[in-house]
Amino acid sequence: MSERRVSLEVLRYDPETDSEPRFQRYPVPYHEEWVVLDALNYIKDHLDTTLSYRWSCHMAVCGSCGMMVNGEPVLACKAFLRDYPDEIRVEPLLHFPIERDLVTVIDDFMAKLARVKPYLIPARDEPASAAERRQTPAELKRFKQYTLCINCMLCYAACPEYGLMPEFLGPAAIALAHRYNRDSRDAGRDERQEIIAANEGVWDCSFVGACSEVCPKHVDPAGALQQVKIASTVDWYKEHLMPWVKK
Amino acid sequence: MSRKPYVREVSKTRWFLRQPRYMRYMMREVTCLSIGAYALVLVLGIKRLSEGRAAYEGFLQALASPGGILFHLVVLAFALYHTASWFNVTPKAMPVQIGESFVSGGVIVGAHYGAWIVISLAVLLLAGAF
Amino acid sequence: MAKSNKPVVWGLFAAGGTVTAFIMPALVLLVLLAAFGRVPDILTYEKLHAFAAQWWGKAVLLGIIFLALWHAAHRLRITLHDVGVRADATVAVAVYAVAAVASVAAAFYLLRI
Repeated sequence: MSERRVSLEVLRYDPETDSEPRFQRYPVPYHEEWVVLDALNYIKDHLDTTLSYRWSCHMAVCGSCGMMVNGEPVLACKAFLRDYPDEIRVEPLLHFPIERDLVTVIDDFMAKLARVKPYLIPARDEPASAAERRQTPAELKRFKQYTLCINCMLCYAACPEYGLMPEFLGPAAIALAHRYNRDSRDAGRDERQEIIAANEGVWDCSFVGACSEVCPKHVDPAGALQQVKIASTVDWYKEHLMPWVKK
Repeated sequence: MSRKPYVREVSKTRWFLRQPRYMRYMMREVTCLSIGAYALVLVLGIKRLSEGRAAYEGFLQALASPGGILFHLVVLAFALYHTASWFNVTPKAMPVQIGESFVSGGVIVGAHYGAWIVISLAVLLLAGAF
Repeated sequence: MAKSNKPVVWGLFAAGGTVTAFIMPALVLLVLLAAFGRVPDILTYEKLHAFAAQWWGKAVLLGIIFLALWHAAHRLRITLHDVGVRADATVAVAVYAVAAVASVAAAFYLLRI
């Protein structure tokens, strides 16, 4: 049945011996229901135990196995072999330094994520004892799609502006800030604006839109960023032309 | 175990050749050249208009030359591309939530195209093009 | 980090993008008609002169020209950065200056009509 084989060309990089990455080719059996992650696991189990890559859930929930497959950022667990030609090139996510093989250094993203304060910030005068903060279905719907982000960083690999300007806060972090800004229980927008309305925040975005196209969870970071631009522009005019208006 | 992360260089000048979606983006961005050029031609037209009938009619004649017609055809093509690319992303930038649900993107885009057709017809009509 | 002042230049870019999206094709079509010999009324010398002689006619023409120029200038700034021109500050001054000077020129000529 499975005599057909595909050839996986995998980027290898061993920081202890290599001065730069190289590609290594592995023949892998083809199965209709296999994803690229299955092929990598096959290599690890049967052909080459030294291959390093991140993965966990195998069901597009954990966001660990993002990589470039034939030049496109995808989750390896969602990329079916049947959708690719017999030659498949697998590389680590673009725009991130390579730690080893398909493993990238994600410190930059983690730091940026923390900077946008991606958690509920209650109003100062709200007593901590107010345990129940009710929300209508409409209020939930306002931000719900952004909660689906799994921090897989495909959007950073797709965003050319992040590639050109590494200081750019980037799609996922700003979309997540937007998610909390739109939450009826949150009062932290002013704090987040200091970060996301800066030059290296939303203003490094030129609306290429690639982030939304590659998102495996169908979040729309590009939309979030444009909404943040519009809101920040309104803010600016309020602050500079109508300083007497209290925010 | 020593760490020695490898940083891949991304081309700063030719990155957009890598993928069709980046090419589409650049195509959208370069519409600014024809829009800017056309706006400058409008400034020139107003200058000629302020200089009197002879100057203005000379300007119109220059526009009617093959070069002028080609210029306007190119500008028209890019202007239409700009219009389409601008309208098509409006639901992203300005989503509309009514009650619980969001108005479908198609409706928002469609409303823009509808308004555009009405405005264009009005401009052409008021300008006496028909 | 401080909040950016980019909203000023971006707001005008977005306004210009919207205005040009709605009316630029019709405007170009009018001139094309004229180029093909079917000069629309408004483009005859008398009509256009009369239009530009009114204060609101001047305002409409200047508004369209300024917003279109600014839109183009801002997008060109981004595009130049995208193709590797790293001197963003210099580029910004240059493109916005062209838009501003051309707009002032347009205002100057309009006031002489």
